[in-house]
Amino acid sequence: MFNNRLRLFNYVLPILLLFTAIGTVHAETLTIYSGRSKSLVEPIIKQFEKETGIQVKVSYANTTQLAATLLTEGDKSPAALFWAQDAGALGAVSKKAMFEKLPESILTKVPSDFRDADGFWVATSGRARVLAYSPERVKMEELPKSVFDLTQPVWKNRVGWAPTNASFQAFVTSLRMQVGEEKAEEWLRGMKANGAKKYAKNTPIIEALAAGEIDLGLPNHYYLLRFKKGNSNFPAAQTFFQADDPGNLVNVAGIGLLKSSKNKESALKLVEFLLSAKAQQYFTSDVFEYPVIDGVIPNANLLPLSELLQLAPTFNLNEMDDLDGTVNLLRRVEIL
Amino acid sequence: MNAHVKNTHRYFSMSAVVAGIPIVMVGIGGLIPLVYLLTKAFSAEGSALVDIVFRWRNARLFLNTLLLTVGVLVLDLLIATPAAWLTSRVNLKGRRLFTVLCALPLAIPGYVMAYALLALGGNTGIVAQLFGTSIPRLSGYWGALLALSAYTSPYLFLNLRTALLGLDPSLEESARSLGYKSHQTFFLVILPQLRPAFYASGLLISLHVLGDFGVVSLMRYETFSYALYTEYMLSFEHVYAAWLALMLLAFTACLLYLEAKLLNRVALHRAGRGTSRQLSQIQLGTWHTPAHLYLSLVAFVTVVVPAGAIFLWIFRGFDPKALQGLLNALIGSLSVAIPAGILCALLAVPFAYIGVRHPSRISNALERVGYVVYAIPPLAFALSLIFFLLHTASFIYKTLPVLIYACTLHFLAEAIGPVRSSLYQASPNLEEAARSLGYPRIQAFFRTLFPILMRGMLTATALVFLATMKELPLTFLLSPAGYETLALNVWSYTTEAMFAEAAPYALAILLFSGVFVSVLIRQEEEI
Repeated sequence: MFNNRLRLFNYVLPILLLFTAIGTVHAETLTIYSGRSKSLVEPIIKQFEKETGIQVKVSYANTTQLAATLLTEGDKSPAALFWAQDAGALGAVSKKAMFEKLPESILTKVPSDFRDADGFWVATSGRARVLAYSPERVKMEELPKSVFDLTQPVWKNRVGWAPTNASFQAFVTSLRMQVGEEKAEEWLRGMKANGAKKYAKNTPIIEALAAGEIDLGLPNHYYLLRFKKGNSNFPAAQTFFQADDPGNLVNVAGIGLLKSSKNKESALKLVEFLLSAKAQQYFTSDVFEYPVIDGVIPNANLLPLSELLQLAPTFNLNEMDDLDGTVNLLRRVEIL
Repeated sequence: MNAHVKNTHRYFSMSAVVAGIPIVMVGIGGLIPLVYLLTKAFSAEGSALVDIVFRWRNARLFLNTLLLTVGVLVLDLLIATPAAWLTSRVNLKGRRLFTVLCALPLAIPGYVMAYALLALGGNTGIVAQLFGTSIPRLSGYWGALLALSAYTSPYLFLNLRTALLGLDPSLEESARSLGYKSHQTFFLVILPQLRPAFYASGLLISLHVLGDFGVVSLMRYETFSYALYTEYMLSFEHVYAAWLALMLLAFTACLLYLEAKLLNRVALHRAGRGTSRQLSQIQLGTWHTPAHLYLSLVAFVTVVVPAGAIFLWIFRGFDPKALQGLLNALIGSLSVAIPAGILCALLAVPFAYIGVRHPSRISNALERVGYVVYAIPPLAFALSLIFFLLHTASFIYKTLPVLIYACTLHFLAEAIGPVRSSLYQASPNLEEAARSLGYPRIQAFFRTLFPILMRGMLTATALVFLATMKELPLTFLLSPAGYETLALNVWSYTTEAMFAEAAPYALAILLFSGVFVSVLIRQEEEI
């Protein structure tokens, strides 16, 4: 009887030992830490592998967690590149002098707004903050012209936002830089008093819009497009505020080369590939993001890059590194 | 007489030493993150410390957490106690199916459960589309309560079921013969015997609620983990997060102290001669239908609804390309979940053993080391391990064995409860008898106790397997580059609002967890 029971272990043990062996044997390859989701990144990495024959291994995790990992690893990191979802995390790694300066030939591929001033990282794609709304419950002409209008009584308990989200915090940082600390705080307090509903991240904002829980939301631009891809009748829409409004911030995902990298040449090939027309076309056509180079066929669901940059507030992404100030502000007004 | 006492004493202390080796090893494993947290914590600056850690808002969040924990415990009791009794002690048709269904919510990641329950309500919700009228969306306290209870109830269910299966029928028969009615027998004789199972699973459930962010954030109910998570998301150094984590650990220590006090002097094994017979099954008769209705309702809310909602994701624009990684991810998931499950079950034995057989302050404390490790935020645990490995044994950094080690250590607490429950039911006389028949110590243990512990160990394996199948933070930071699991894919796709692509991965977790758990349950019932 007793032996019968052990049979389970007899089968399972060899199998798991085999799995362990498979997992530990791996060849020398290019290792990337990607704070961008596998679902967005994998197809283009596969393409790169096919074209160059360089094998790429990716560790996917949340951008902040990866930045923390890199800081813990220091010069012992196995990673060659850090591909982050936002500029803040790149800044944190850059501050510890862990990035190698990128060659001019790569940096000059993108407009100066889309790269680090000191040349330690370069943007790979852009995203915009937008105003998402319910076309059933908000008429076009009623839509607020500015993010500052959202504190008006007419929007009481009707707006959704995501204060723990990195993109939202980047927006608050840019707001502080553009209109000053006092006005930013006043806006945050006004939103809170006006009953803005907190969501965990962008996706739940879109779902709440469709469900009728809120009428307006402040997400990034691509989430709704992904909902619409599966269901063109999805009951939500999005637009921009008036030109130069802080609510139209354009933010980036970017990549940096680690000093500890053992195969810098292959790593730079990948960075170049990500800035190539082919990869940029993929980012805009399949992932619904904005390209960072010219000469890409625009996605019909997106504005052309030049129009977007006209709507966006004039703001340098390199000023985005005061996340601490933003977080302190959000704590002071008890939103975090 | 004297000689006998002396002999027993010597035997016990030797076995305590043997059992102590793995415990000390786990303890050292747990010390790494603890030292790491303390080092971080004491590099904090005073003023910011007050602003971030010791502010009133955190106390309010903590109160919210307590309310939620108590609510989840109560609701889990209501869900799991009758379900465990019905599937273990009653001649119910479809017992195995219901057992698997009651264990299965554990295979659904918390945030997926929340997404699924949220999808029911609202103008565009599933209910509105099926029946034409919309119900309000779940949110806040009640939403968090329902989602968390649904997916933590298997902890209580599986622990109770193991304990119920191992009960000694003679106690109940004595109670009956003394004139107790059957409900009196249940409340006065059976329930008290389940105390270790209640306490162990209560601890696990509490620690889950304390550490959860996925459910409460989607349900928009702010708990203490809001503060913790915010800090982990925003800072790259985690100095203040270390303080919040230590506060969480202090609270865990209070819970553990309470549990130890409550468990003090529990002795549930047979005292008389002879061995326990197989349990007789209660004939349900006319109560069959209500019992089936009850179990069906539980299974409907905790499994069918979330699984159905996940299935409906497919219709949000499915791209078959997403299936390409399925096999790879499945192999990845199983190659960690199976070894971690088995290792945890084996490691739990010495922990439970010294706690039950050698109760003392030291052994009580040692037994609870597993829970302390469990309460360390996984992110802090992973980062401390990275730091430690890179400075000692960098060649194994980012290899699969490290991930298995981390999952085993982290989830060990889930395995201790069921093993301990079965150990409480085994009389120490058994080992002594085997010893007196001339078996060496170790062999005496394997001949007598091990078969009794097998039931608890199978449950433990199931619990850890289910937990590891959906594990994220440790996998994120410790797995080899390029390694994939089903859970990583579910997370990756849902994060980008690509629910259709996430669906097959989430369903695969459910399916393979179901198969694995039903195999274990079959084994367990044959014991």
